[in-house]
Amino acid sequence: MMEELLDILEELHDDVDFETCTTLIDDKILDSFDIVTIVAEVNNEFDVIIPAAELTPENFNSAKALYALIERLEDE
Amino acid sequence: MLFTSYQFVIFVALLFVIYYRVNKEHQWIVLLLGSYLFYAYSGIFNLVYFLTTTVSTYFLSKHVQSLRTQQNDYIKEHKKEMGRDEKKAYRKKMKGKQWRTLLLALLFNFGVLGVVKYTNFMIGNYNGIMHLMGKSGTISFMDIALPMGISFYTFQSMGYMIDVYRGTVDAENNIFKLALFISFFPQVIQGPISRFKDLSETLFAEHDWNLKQITFGLERVLWGFCKKMIVADRILVAVNTIIHAPEQYDGFYVFLGMIFYAIELYADFTGGIDITIGLAQMFGVRLTENFDRPYFSKNIAEYWRRWHITMGTWFRDYVFYPLSVSPRMLKFSNWCRKKFPGNLGKRIPVYVSSFIVWFCTGLWHGASWNFIVWGLLNAAFITGSEEFKPLYKKFHTRFKVAGKWYYEGFQMLRTFLLMSSLRTLDCYRNVPLTFKMYGTMFTKFNIGEVLSTGIMKLGLSGADYMVVVIGVALMIGVSILKGKGDVRDQIEARSKVLKYVFIYVMAFAIIIFGAYGMGFDASQFIYNQF
Repeated sequence: MMEELLDILEELHDDVDFETCTTLIDDKILDSFDIVTIVAEVNNEFDVIIPAAELTPENFNSAKALYALIERLEDE
Repeated sequence: MLFTSYQFVIFVALLFVIYYRVNKEHQWIVLLLGSYLFYAYSGIFNLVYFLTTTVSTYFLSKHVQSLRTQQNDYIKEHKKEMGRDEKKAYRKKMKGKQWRTLLLALLFNFGVLGVVKYTNFMIGNYNGIMHLMGKSGTISFMDIALPMGISFYTFQSMGYMIDVYRGTVDAENNIFKLALFISFFPQVIQGPISRFKDLSETLFAEHDWNLKQITFGLERVLWGFCKKMIVADRILVAVNTIIHAPEQYDGFYVFLGMIFYAIELYADFTGGIDITIGLAQMFGVRLTENFDRPYFSKNIAEYWRRWHITMGTWFRDYVFYPLSVSPRMLKFSNWCRKKFPGNLGKRIPVYVSSFIVWFCTGLWHGASWNFIVWGLLNAAFITGSEEFKPLYKKFHTRFKVAGKWYYEGFQMLRTFLLMSSLRTLDCYRNVPLTFKMYGTMFTKFNIGEVLSTGIMKLGLSGADYMVVVIGVALMIGVSILKGKGDVRDQIEARSKVLKYVFIYVMAFAIIIFGAYGMGFDASQFIYNQF
């Protein structure tokens, strides 16, 4: 599942190392257009809806954090 | 009570003395009383709107909070006997109740804003349509005065309401503290639009006398007054001359007016925010920054991340995100992917959301088609530049210009001119006239006449232009210095005496070079009207 998530992210920015980067929002690598595109992709790929309240820098600063969010939402 | 009036200076001075004289645990009460006094000065009847927002927000946010507590307690109590699906269904039911309470708060408060701000706009449109259809019946305009700062405090309170619903913050138990959050006087008329989580940290805290913070605040207040009274109010005369007589001032005058207005708006709005943030700092309160050197932006999307930041993030967090990730939009997104394979299918829903948000942003700025068209044009340029991104990337790789100082300079100039062009919609009385006047820049070549004699007939003397040029140079200089950190820290690091020299120099500059002299006829801040 992590690989699929990395594919989604790399399709948006092929020049970013998403496996190691932990400042995707803080360094303004992802903007609001990217974030809503990711939400739609995640919904399409994993059938998980990420609510607006979860669109925070903490959840989107790294692929790992985003993955953890998806897992949490799947469990709920 | 204008920020640029004697009454305001006396009011702040008195409040400041009382604030640091009372028992520290009562400081926030002094701010509350001061804020209500300040607001009541704008018209005692305006307090009714203010209190309505405060009371409705307080009780409805408390209700949302109590529903959530009830939900959590119930699940905790029946943890063992409830299955996963049962818990999910119960949470959904309770979330529905919270949502309906939030909806009531939003409809009520935005309803009030809508009625006072947009009724006459709707009537005007209705009458126009009737006229076009050849029908004679028209509706008379309503006599409603727009309460001071209603767009700002409504947005701030509804942001808080949504945060409580989302569980980002707990509802405030003390109605008077909530009242202070909504009414805090430095920010109530032109923002920044604060979040409860950020502002409450320092707004309700006890503050010791801190000379460094107070002098830093004072420096910023004086710098704000310099921008407003020396630059903005001075150049305003030339802007008004140009835009109020379009039949006389066309061609290069329009370009000049556009640049002058960019200077005026920057000095006026950032100056007002400097005064606001500086005042708050003098009382020990930390407000969110609203600008980050916006005229250094290299593209329009970046510009909107650096100009009126708190409004942009408000629309992003409370309109753009919820709209874009709503089940309906996600369904539309899936439909687009099937219909338009490739990246376009992914981007269309984002663009649709973007246009809706910018329509709302335009409407927020004012009840007129000028602002709506301005908002939609912003959306068109932002989405357009998104589409051109691959092309830009190719261009940057091919010509290796990315990061080069001259190319970055070009990008900044391009963004500045583009944003200034869009802002001409603020200036002229309707959309067709704006486009017509904008068009004359390319059809009437009167640059020689304007620069040789015309420029001196716009209401400003040579000395005035000199003051503006020096003011602009100083604003650019300070912006460049800001790139290395807080300018006040840089001054303090050099010498503590220098700080006081700057305070005296700025105070005298305002008295000597202030456009009309303090309190005579200083004009209202542009963003007060929103």
